[in-house]
Amino acid sequence: MTPREERFDLVVVGAGPAGLSAATEAARLGLSTVVLDEQPSPGGQVWRAVERAAADAPLAAALGAEGRAGAARVAAFRGSGAAYRPETQVWQVERDGRVMASCAGIASVLRGERVLLAVGALERPVPIPGWTLPGVMTVGAAQILLKTSGALPDPGVWVAGQGPLVWLYCAQVLALGGRVAGVLDTAPPGAWRAAARHPAAVATAWRSVAEGLAWRRAVARAGIPVHRGVEAVEALGEGGRIARLRWRGADGARREAPARGLLLHEGVVPNVHAALSLGCAHAWDDAQACFRPVLDPFGRSSEPRILIAGDAGGILGARAAGLRGHIAALGAAADLGRLTPAGAAARAAPLRRLLRREVALRRLLDTLFPPRPALAAPADEVVVCRCEGVTAGALREAVQLGALGPSQAKAFTRAGMGPCQGRTCLLPLVGTIAAARGVPPAEIGPPRVRPPLRPVTVGELATLAEAGGPRLA
Amino acid sequence: MFHRPPDPAREATQAVTVTLDGRPVRARAGDTVAAVVLLAGLGHTRTDAATGERRAPYCMMGTCHECLMVIDGEPSRQACLVTVREGMAIERQPGAPRLR
Repeated sequence: MTPREERFDLVVVGAGPAGLSAATEAARLGLSTVVLDEQPSPGGQVWRAVERAAADAPLAAALGAEGRAGAARVAAFRGSGAAYRPETQVWQVERDGRVMASCAGIASVLRGERVLLAVGALERPVPIPGWTLPGVMTVGAAQILLKTSGALPDPGVWVAGQGPLVWLYCAQVLALGGRVAGVLDTAPPGAWRAAARHPAAVATAWRSVAEGLAWRRAVARAGIPVHRGVEAVEALGEGGRIARLRWRGADGARREAPARGLLLHEGVVPNVHAALSLGCAHAWDDAQACFRPVLDPFGRSSEPRILIAGDAGGILGARAAGLRGHIAALGAAADLGRLTPAGAAARAAPLRRLLRREVALRRLLDTLFPPRPALAAPADEVVVCRCEGVTAGALREAVQLGALGPSQAKAFTRAGMGPCQGRTCLLPLVGTIAAARGVPPAEIGPPRVRPPLRPVTVGELATLAEAGGPRLA
Repeated sequence: MFHRPPDPAREATQAVTVTLDGRPVRARAGDTVAAVVLLAGLGHTRTDAATGERRAPYCMMGTCHECLMVIDGEPSRQACLVTVREGMAIERQPGAPRLR
């Protein structure tokens, strides 16, 4: 007896811009399609709770054009005929197209002729002294609280980091009547001059550049202190939570300030957890300092049944994700004989033209906000693996003892073996080992990821047996 | 660390009451458990099994697993992925998760 399998042409994991666009297009092309997503409503992180926000005038105004675009995309998806399973966690994906997922404690098995991973991005981990203290979280986390619960930061909450989200979040908080205590801008001060060497990119992306400058102006107008060229940010604790901040200013002087909270952001990186577990080939991306799956122009991975779209396939942003999702749906349709290869190529061509603009914008952003080497290989006393409390120093010791890669480092230190299964520490773990060995991260390679992708209870597994008998191999 | 500006209309129609470590707390429909914990000023969601340190939500999107809590008696639930329901019992998770 085997668990009952639900069969689909296309199983999409993730309901963000890429997943929604892919599912809407796949359903239009006649593919039986299902979307599995962890959240209670469609939109992913960038359009989190966007339908609810659309009904809340002040919040909708603060979210602006991007929110309206999201609401329209979600409406198109809702009307597409694709099946939708919210609050569903995928805990295993297999090369043969089987997907195991749980919803409300009940596990089920689906099988897709093709599986599209549209699992988006994670914020780049920011391993600094004190980043495990309560009161230290990411800017993305605070923005999710704003979008889903209308939550604003209390007085004394600082923002530290670089990239568009830092300024977008501050502008949204201000638009809703809130305030942040100050911004520690960690972008390298010379980056604007470097960007001036890419006039074509600036010209192509001028609308986004203007938008970014408007957010910064809003912060300046509100009189919020902004410290530029900041390095070596530290969170200092007292009574089990953050109490103070310390940083080094552009002039080299150490400064301190009291803090009730600290929101960190250093850009985003692809969510490669499921793709790594499938054994999909990955490459090291030097410009973005992260691993990304190796994909063909339709988003096909090295595994024949597995496609990857959106930021999960390399960071290009939300607008690009929608285009890449659409293109992946064309690829899946071609694979399943619903489109001829020439037909798929012809439909993809105009999308690729739009995509080129987003690629130009991303090149500019990568130049303006380059990944900081200090975060790739932090100082000895800094915790790298939050779950197991493993410091960079302990990892360097393990390398001295012969741990040449993440797998041995796990055995020596338990780094990457806690509840998050190495999602958060992947990059600083690889970066610290690479720096200690004096080799590039590409040579270290990503860690091996094993199922289940999420902690699964025995009770959940048992529901599979109830549905038709145990067979999980 | 976070607050929510008062919104009487919504508080009247979308109020949900849960308990945090036995104390009744008002939430709003659509809030995640992690949001309620942060808005209530609870400070931390769990103590770490490995180090004994206090931990609080870091990513709010299901990645970091710092927000593991005991929800309606079930340990190690990701509070940022669970939407509140009326009467939900939410507890901070101490140290290593209990085995069931």
